[in-house]
Amino acid sequence: MLVAENITKRFAGVTALDKVCLEFPAGQVTAVIGENGAGKSTLMKILSGVYADYEGQIYFRGQPVRFASIRDAQACGIAIIHQELNLVPYLSIAENLFLGRELTTDWGLLDQKQMRRKTQELLTRLKLDVPPDTLVGELKVGQQQVVEIAKALLEESEVIIMDEPTSAISESEVAVLFGLIRDLRREGKAVVYISHKLDELFTIADRYVVLRDGHSIESGPMAGMTPDDIIRKMVGRDITIIRQQAGKTCGEPVVTVRDLCLRHPTRPNENQLKNLSFSVGRGEIVGLFGLMGAGRTELLETLFGLHHGRASGRVWVEGKETFFTAPIGAIKAGLGLVPEDRKRDGLVLGLDVQTNISLADLGNVEKTGLLNRVKEALLARKYITDLRIKTPSEKQEARNLSGGNQQKIVLGKWLATNPRLLMLDEPTRGIDINAKNEIYKLMLQLADAGMGILVASSELPEILAVSDRVLVLSEGRLTAEFSAAEATENAILKAAIPSTI
Amino acid sequence: MQLALPANSRPLLLKFQSLIALFVLCLGISLLSDKFLTGANFWNVLRQISVNVCISTGMTLVVLTAGIDLSVGSVLALAGAIAAGLLRNGIALTGPDLFIGFTVLGAVVAGLGTGTALGWFNGWVITRFRLPPFVATLAMLTIARGLTMLWTGGFPITGLGDSFDYLGTGWLLGIPVPVWVSGLIVALAVLVTNKTRLGRYIYAIGGSESAARLSGVNINRVKTTVYALAGALAAVGGLLVTARLDSAQPNAGSSYELDSIAAVVIGGTSLAGGRGSILGTVQGAVIIGVLNNGLVLLNVSPFWQQVVKGFVILLAVIIDKSNAKND
Repeated sequence: MLVAENITKRFAGVTALDKVCLEFPAGQVTAVIGENGAGKSTLMKILSGVYADYEGQIYFRGQPVRFASIRDAQACGIAIIHQELNLVPYLSIAENLFLGRELTTDWGLLDQKQMRRKTQELLTRLKLDVPPDTLVGELKVGQQQVVEIAKALLEESEVIIMDEPTSAISESEVAVLFGLIRDLRREGKAVVYISHKLDELFTIADRYVVLRDGHSIESGPMAGMTPDDIIRKMVGRDITIIRQQAGKTCGEPVVTVRDLCLRHPTRPNENQLKNLSFSVGRGEIVGLFGLMGAGRTELLETLFGLHHGRASGRVWVEGKETFFTAPIGAIKAGLGLVPEDRKRDGLVLGLDVQTNISLADLGNVEKTGLLNRVKEALLARKYITDLRIKTPSEKQEARNLSGGNQQKIVLGKWLATNPRLLMLDEPTRGIDINAKNEIYKLMLQLADAGMGILVASSELPEILAVSDRVLVLSEGRLTAEFSAAEATENAILKAAIPSTI
Repeated sequence: MQLALPANSRPLLLKFQSLIALFVLCLGISLLSDKFLTGANFWNVLRQISVNVCISTGMTLVVLTAGIDLSVGSVLALAGAIAAGLLRNGIALTGPDLFIGFTVLGAVVAGLGTGTALGWFNGWVITRFRLPPFVATLAMLTIARGLTMLWTGGFPITGLGDSFDYLGTGWLLGIPVPVWVSGLIVALAVLVTNKTRLGRYIYAIGGSESAARLSGVNINRVKTTVYALAGALAAVGGLLVTARLDSAQPNAGSSYELDSIAAVVIGGTSLAGGRGSILGTVQGAVIIGVLNNGLVLLNVSPFWQQVVKGFVILLAVIIDKSNAKND
């Protein structure tokens, strides 16, 4: 039905997909499998017309096609259900379904009746028992996901791509969805199913395609495969291990955490973090691995005092019990956080390098109550040299530097506060390979100098490359802990994949 | 030479740009009117501008944090009226039959206190209840105007005495007192924005609130301080206006917030926050002041003055936008 040949897609020097070839036959459910960053989402965005600039050729029913927009792809009969919900909360279900493709009467007015009727048909089919006029904002997240699915089914599509469709829905809703997928299969549609949840794939998929590092690795029938086989195919790669000084003794704990919980911001009966207990020792690099939504970022933010009011538990920093209600307390106690989204949370892009570096500890550059530009410039130059930040001068706006150099500015900002525990969230996302290695090396140096480091990442090779110890999070729970010697990709991934059904 | 460093030369060019605009404006008016380039008119313009400079300095701080303060005009009126009323009538308590008279200094402090308190309230509402600054200060615009009417009964308070009026009409070392006052405020504000933690945090919050929060900045405290300062500076403007007219008018300062936002915007401060300067705003205020003065001297009808001013604001923002795009 849909065939992709030699698809290549580059983002600013990074190759996300490299000559990917695959096919999605009619009347079958094809599972697309791969780690975070393997290129699944990029591929789906190309197939559904979100990205129009790529190399390679796509054939639809044997005809070469090239989609310039989502609408283009939709018109051909390719629908995608996105991982993130794309709904307008203040519009009703019917209005959302027909957004941008409203039915009109002969007078040019909206044909509300017709739209409502069609919506009702779809909702009945999807066993969602709410009136079509309900505002989407009033629905539960799982129900919203069903609306998203209905949106894709509204037009008679031949290929339906589902990107993590079960990430927010309950088990009974999953059962309905699977029933629906089986219907679609019977009708001869091609279904593309992306999910981290392996047991789901074994329940519903006929075929699999494995992507790894932007390459299509293998494809075949699902029958006869075991979860272990699949995991091996997802991982199977030689990785350069920088760390792994097995048996390295680490100092006394810098930070100890007991029974840390974090309430869900909107669902009061649910916890995003569930009774986490662990510690990070002096000079130790602890890797924190988890899939999407496992709670990595939430854990770091909670430790940093960002979710005061929703968090509970006990925290000791260097033996002293504390609980931070705001970042300033955490900073004073010697914590630093290099956030995931450095452009939004890490840096003030419109300010220069020097101002960004001094921001977290202006006491460093104050003289008799006033900021001293000379001291500040010296501080900035020290970190520009130490961290090899490539910038014409310390007066350059942060916006104008590359991703790797921006990340180094964020690191410089925290090093200037002289932290005891440095927390890094996806420290090398979107950074080229050289800067990546530099940042790894830097982490090792800092640990050797006695700093505790907690690094959260969704990239296994990264975790394995630097960690002395690996903690695995899955749906807010710590599910495993490995020493550097015990840690293997298979074991970590197994512990990270949540089981649903 | 400047072009080699685009990031650094841009603000310079911007400053330069408004100076050029100001120069062209002055040249044009002086060609059309022989009353423009006289000593008397020069000081007159500066005296008029000084009120807007005070308000706009506070407004700049607010706008730099990506906020807005619509209440400055009303706060100005209330602060002026409070000072004038206390100076003229004191406080007579009917219960214990007590009369408290106010010195000029006491009245000035009370006026400043009023402005600061109202500004602080703005900041408290905005940070505590997470209201958009536009809404919170719009409410304060009405509240403060209503309080002014209540306090004055809708009538001007006049006869404030020479020593108070000196604030608005006096001269010191050959320069009008309001010019001294606004000059001092500008100097302090430049120091604060460039040389203190508070100033640094203001720019950081406007540039990226989340990055500032993660760097340990107490966002709420900084914002509250900034709104309190804006209120205090509006009060200074209120005292100057009241003293110049020897009268606290209940509807003083109406639509001053618009002139002040115009000065900020013409001065190159981004309404999205994080970018701009006090000195830019001063230039903006001067441009508006000169434009007003010139249009009056040229006998342009007040209705047309408003139209012209509006187009100048549009022009300034369009130029600023295209500058940002070329960045």
